Amino acid sequence: MKSLLVPSFKIRRNLRDKSSSFWMKCCYYLVLSMPFILLTGLLIKSSLLFGEKTFSELIFSSEWKPLSGKFGFLPFILSSLWITFISIAIAAPVCLLTAIYLTQYAKRFVLKVMHPVIDILAGIPSVIYGVWGIIIIVPFVSKVASWFNIHSSGYSILAGSVVLSVMVIPFVLNILIEVYRSIPIELSEASLSLGATKWETIKKVLTRKAFPGIISSFGLGISRAFGETIAVLMVVGNVVQIPKGIFQAGYPLPALIANNYGEMLSIPMYDSALMLAALILFIVVTFFNLGSRYLIMHYEKKV
Amino acid sequence: MKRKFKINRQVLRKSEEIFYRVLMILSTSIIIIALLAIIISILVKGIPSLSWSMISQTPKGGYYFGKEGGILNAIIGSLYLSFGATMLALVFSLPLALYMNIHKMKQKNVVNVIRFFLDLLWGIPSIVYGAFGFTIMVYFGLRTSLLAGIITVTLFIIPIMVRSMDEVLKTVPKGLLESAFSLGSTRSETAFRVMLRQCIPGMITAILLAFGRAIGDAAAVLFTAGYTDYIPNSLSQPTATLPLSVFFQLSSPIPEVQSRAYASAVVLTAIVLIISIASRGFSSRYQKNRIK
Repeated sequence: MKSLLVPSFKIRRNLRDKSSSFWMKCCYYLVLSMPFILLTGLLIKSSLLFGEKTFSELIFSSEWKPLSGKFGFLPFILSSLWITFISIAIAAPVCLLTAIYLTQYAKRFVLKVMHPVIDILAGIPSVIYGVWGIIIIVPFVSKVASWFNIHSSGYSILAGSVVLSVMVIPFVLNILIEVYRSIPIELSEASLSLGATKWETIKKVLTRKAFPGIISSFGLGISRAFGETIAVLMVVGNVVQIPKGIFQAGYPLPALIANNYGEMLSIPMYDSALMLAALILFIVVTFFNLGSRYLIMHYEKKV
Repeated sequence: MKRKFKINRQVLRKSEEIFYRVLMILSTSIIIIALLAIIISILVKGIPSLSWSMISQTPKGGYYFGKEGGILNAIIGSLYLSFGATMLALVFSLPLALYMNIHKMKQKNVVNVIRFFLDLLWGIPSIVYGAFGFTIMVYFGLRTSLLAGIITVTLFIIPIMVRSMDEVLKTVPKGLLESAFSLGSTRSETAFRVMLRQCIPGMITAILLAFGRAIGDAAAVLFTAGYTDYIPNSLSQPTATLPLSVFFQLSSPIPEVQSRAYASAVVLTAIVLIISIASRGFSSRYQKNRIK
């Protein structure tokens, strides 16, 4: 009897192990195939448009008249680029300085305050950022524009960039803190013992060492900023035009998809064009993502 | 003369440091001020029009012209959606996170490849997931529904959940795993009975983080979950969500509706803050049960 019980117990254990391992493997393959599934889906959907037009025709034309079959993505791409780069230009110095402060100078209680602050900033939904943008940033931008004698409603590229910069700050800052923390303490000890001041050590030793990490954190910030939808959509104005200044309204790619989704189903070409917009987003974001990560890995190997 | 020059250099070195320290403190305070500005401005605009009837009623006729009603449909809809998506994502995320840290413990390359893919997926904007989910939905002939919304949001939060679980599991000392194996437990027993129990607080934090992401995201559900004035009572019905209700009400030209959008924003912010505080509480409270 006993000898019968033992194998059945063993079999049950084995079965449990096998079945859970099988399910784990399924999840593993699912995640590995996910980017390719996404890419193929978007490619198939946007291939309809490629049948009629060349790629450069779509990218470099600025005429957007979907009802007469003209799809020029230039205004959207330029708006996206403007907003992304201005927002990173605002966020980058703030993040860098804060990261240095938090890792090198800050007292314990500052860290205790800043950790929840960063976490909460990262957790606030994008629509709330959009509401905040409408309440505070848009009127403010309108006022700033009037100082320069420019008439602007405030719904502009600049407003979108400011809102977006606050959104990417927690993301970039977290990576930068990680980068600065991972530098071995011996480096700064050696520098300090040679008579350098604390700031000189940070500037000439730590930041030089962290440089690839810093660049890649900005790259990841760009990839995050490029795809942000709702918050930007709410404050950027959404006018199809090639932006000529930061106080003008823009129309970034994600907003294009979000605004037109309901109505496009009736026209297959329109549907295809919006999928192409999603594809461009996917590719640009992935490019920056891969580039930044490659930089980190390449550098880590060398050191 | 030479001495004087030297002193000047010293002063310069010191003053440069002071200058940058001031800048650093300035930029740190900018971040704090930004957070305060967001929360205070939402509260100031939203609290006056927030009332009990607003969060306990569904929209009545003419709600979107400033008549009676509330946003209960959106609150419940959002909770259904995020809860469903979090549960569904958990079914995929937890096994994968354990798989990476136990089954593939020795194969660093495999683990790094998965991490790389997860980071890649994490970086893809939610609007792309939304567009993709919509395509899939149309392909299978589904209408906008709670189910379609849940599936899209699940795809979107899986990388977030796995990555944060992975971060927790990574910190478990190797010795614990090795002793579990040496006592003769199988890999799945080690995974679920030892590692999982050891990491419960971190896991809950990861789940809550994913839940917070799910409830706050608007772009992924914009096309897939639809919008309705009723509380959904089956998976095939469309559902309202809080972010979209904020968004739609704010784009109305009527001031009463706009002020309700601010009130809805307060509700959404409150939910997200509660989740954030709860996850902090969890991670510190159960920390003491861990084997160090």
